[in-house]
Amino acid sequence: MIWAIAAILFWVGAWALNVYLSRGKLTKRNKFLIPLLFGVTILVLWEGLVTGLNVSPIILPPPSAVAAKFASSIPILWQDFVQTFVKGALSGYIIGCGSAFILAILIDRSPFLQRGLLPVGNFVAALPVIGIAPILVMWFGFDWQSKAAVVVVMVFFPMLVNTVQGLTQSDHMQRDLMKTYSANYWQSLLKLRLPAAMPFIFNGLKISTTLALIGAIVAEFFGSPIKGMGFRITTEVGRLALDMVWAEIVVAALAGSAFYGIMALIEKIVTFWHPSQR
Amino acid sequence: MMKNLIAVLTVVFAIIVIWYGAAFMMNKQWTLDQAERAGTTVTTSEVFKDTMAQERPQLPAPHQVISEIWKTTVEKKITSKRSLIYHAGITLSSTSLGFLMGSLLGITLAISIVHSRAMDLSVMPWIIASQTIPILAVAPMIIVVLNAVGISGLVPKAMISMYLSFFPVAVGMVKGLRAPDTMQLDLMKTYRASAWQTLIKLRLPSSMPYLFTSLKIAMAASLVGAIIGELPTGAVAGLGARLLAGSYYGQTIQIWSALISAAVLAAVLVMLIGVLQNITLKRMGMLR
Amino acid sequence: MSENSVIHAEKLNLVFQTNDGSVHALKDIDLTINKGDFVSFIGPSGCGKTTFLRVIADLEQPTGGTITVNGMTPQQAREARAYGYVFQASGLYPWRTIAGNIKLPLEIMGYSKEEQDKRVEQVLELVELGSFGKKYPWQLSGGMQQRASIARALSFDADILLMDEPFGALDEIVRDHLNEQLLALWARTEKTIGFVTHSIPEAVYLSTKIVVMSPRPGRIADVIESPLPKERPLEIRDSKEFLEVAARVRDGLRAGHLDD
Repeated sequence: MIWAIAAILFWVGAWALNVYLSRGKLTKRNKFLIPLLFGVTILVLWEGLVTGLNVSPIILPPPSAVAAKFASSIPILWQDFVQTFVKGALSGYIIGCGSAFILAILIDRSPFLQRGLLPVGNFVAALPVIGIAPILVMWFGFDWQSKAAVVVVMVFFPMLVNTVQGLTQSDHMQRDLMKTYSANYWQSLLKLRLPAAMPFIFNGLKISTTLALIGAIVAEFFGSPIKGMGFRITTEVGRLALDMVWAEIVVAALAGSAFYGIMALIEKIVTFWHPSQR
Repeated sequence: MMKNLIAVLTVVFAIIVIWYGAAFMMNKQWTLDQAERAGTTVTTSEVFKDTMAQERPQLPAPHQVISEIWKTTVEKKITSKRSLIYHAGITLSSTSLGFLMGSLLGITLAISIVHSRAMDLSVMPWIIASQTIPILAVAPMIIVVLNAVGISGLVPKAMISMYLSFFPVAVGMVKGLRAPDTMQLDLMKTYRASAWQTLIKLRLPSSMPYLFTSLKIAMAASLVGAIIGELPTGAVAGLGARLLAGSYYGQTIQIWSALISAAVLAAVLVMLIGVLQNITLKRMGMLR
Repeated sequence: MSENSVIHAEKLNLVFQTNDGSVHALKDIDLTINKGDFVSFIGPSGCGKTTFLRVIADLEQPTGGTITVNGMTPQQAREARAYGYVFQASGLYPWRTIAGNIKLPLEIMGYSKEEQDKRVEQVLELVELGSFGKKYPWQLSGGMQQRASIARALSFDADILLMDEPFGALDEIVRDHLNEQLLALWARTEKTIGFVTHSIPEAVYLSTKIVVMSPRPGRIADVIESPLPKERPLEIRDSKEFLEVAARVRDGLRAGHLDD
């Protein structure tokens, strides 16, 4: 009980500190400190309440138990990470985004295809595409190839739609300018329309990072070799070993955030000129 | 408009043609194997006929899927366990419940973020970070844990839908509530309007276009959540369960029909919000 | 058609087809622009002054009549890179530095690397932006951005400069300053300039020839040869000649309106 009360007191104190900090000048340090403090508070509150109220570990293990499990099973977690993220998600992401990009460039010269493909692409992007996982597992087998295939299908349409849209982003005046130089199609594509499309292309790339990881993990629910993050989660849930499940979730969260973060960083470098990045 | 329709129909037609072609190519092997085993030879037209009508094809032809959907919707009683409408109904109920909870949570979060700097600075980064986490991976755990504490049925699935749908709404609404420019906000200040009045009279109305756009995304996400939520319940009911059962028994036609119904369901739900959006924005004079 | 005519239009017509019927944007335009002229096109919006400039630049196609640029069709002239075009907004690419923006047409036209650098330096000096080559467009003021876009149009050797309300979005003070600089630049380079504006003082101050246009249908109401000397300090705007020309422009504009 004391644990729980202490945790709640900590929460109240930290929140008051955050309110105080956010009233002051918004320095770079505070911008980082405030969310960090909030995150720490959640962890303390979780730990305190679970310990203090004697919550059974098969319902919610405390963060300390998850951390201990994480530390003691790094080889397994690494093996699962390689299987699901590197082999499944990453290869599917590269193939899917790459082919969507190439198709977008190809249909760029045909307004007819654009008019036809864009609504279809938008439609498919809103569908529960993940449902195709059991079919692809059937076609490509249990190993990572089927996971990569699911990822390809999932990231393809968001990427296609974003790239096609991005390529229409240059304004009339800029295109007229290219015309006064009598620039040919490839010159105006390379020098004007592709750079102007970059913010949209990166939007597609960023959305796809999350989709890729989801696709690779969920596809394992429909069949996998005896390794992989999705496989581990389902089997450990079955054994009620929730600390291991949470450890896998931590891996997934770290991988997901890092993947997204890297794309966002590249975006920042490439589209430094865009008003949202200045 | 007409031009667009023709273009879309051409693309759709091309997809169907490719589908038939792929079905022929992928199912051919099985037919040839069967013939070899039986010691008979088959002509190409016989092979083609067979690839279009296998019981467990690698890829069922579109007409097979459509006839399966017809059989399991129109020709089955809605209460029957084999009726797709029954399964779609189950998925729909948890989708809508999760969508409602998620949207409410998203709007509430957005309002408090816009009004409290502390909330904005502490919570907003985590809301964004939460989406880089592949939450669907946690779906089985949520279902099992909630089952363990005695909550089962609709609510656990709706929880997953809620988690997936709150994010687009929260982010879209924060943008929308901040859409009024400085001049409009200053005008409210000159009236000495309270924060509440500013919210009701200025911020909420200006956020409407953003709200509907994010509701569409939230709805689609919510349906995905409901389908995934049905996977670990042991394939009892719902479109997700049909997918899983189909993959256990190699019933490809069943998988595809569940998949197509999920797609239709998603399209209808998103379209419904689109209609609502048109009506609302027209009434508010935001749409000409 | 005289020996040194650069742009020559005869019975030029342009009719736009829109959803609400057809719009007669240019009607029976006859005009000759000579080498070294500074020609302003002035008139209310919808009088076709921008459209005419765009026809010269081959950005619009006339529906009737003939027009030649350097003795060629506008398309041939465009493909021969006969002119530089300055738009209403600077249209600089935000992902390129000022120097990079000026290099853009040079890259497209296949100039060598050394030549590119040399020309960039030259034109930056010409528009007095010498030390701003490494800056990005958004780091410059509106007037400086517009100057950079003029430099971009000057960077390759086109002897015609077409400008579509280049200073329209700038404030009066910056505008006066840029007008002075533009005159100096014109004197130094001896280019032929077509300049669209809706400011009477600007047109009178800059031009050797003022084309007054009126709308519906877009047509030429008056062509005024300016009696002002080539050397024009800002004070010239208070002189009697200046005010007389301005009055004549105003009359031409008013006559166009009375037809409505």
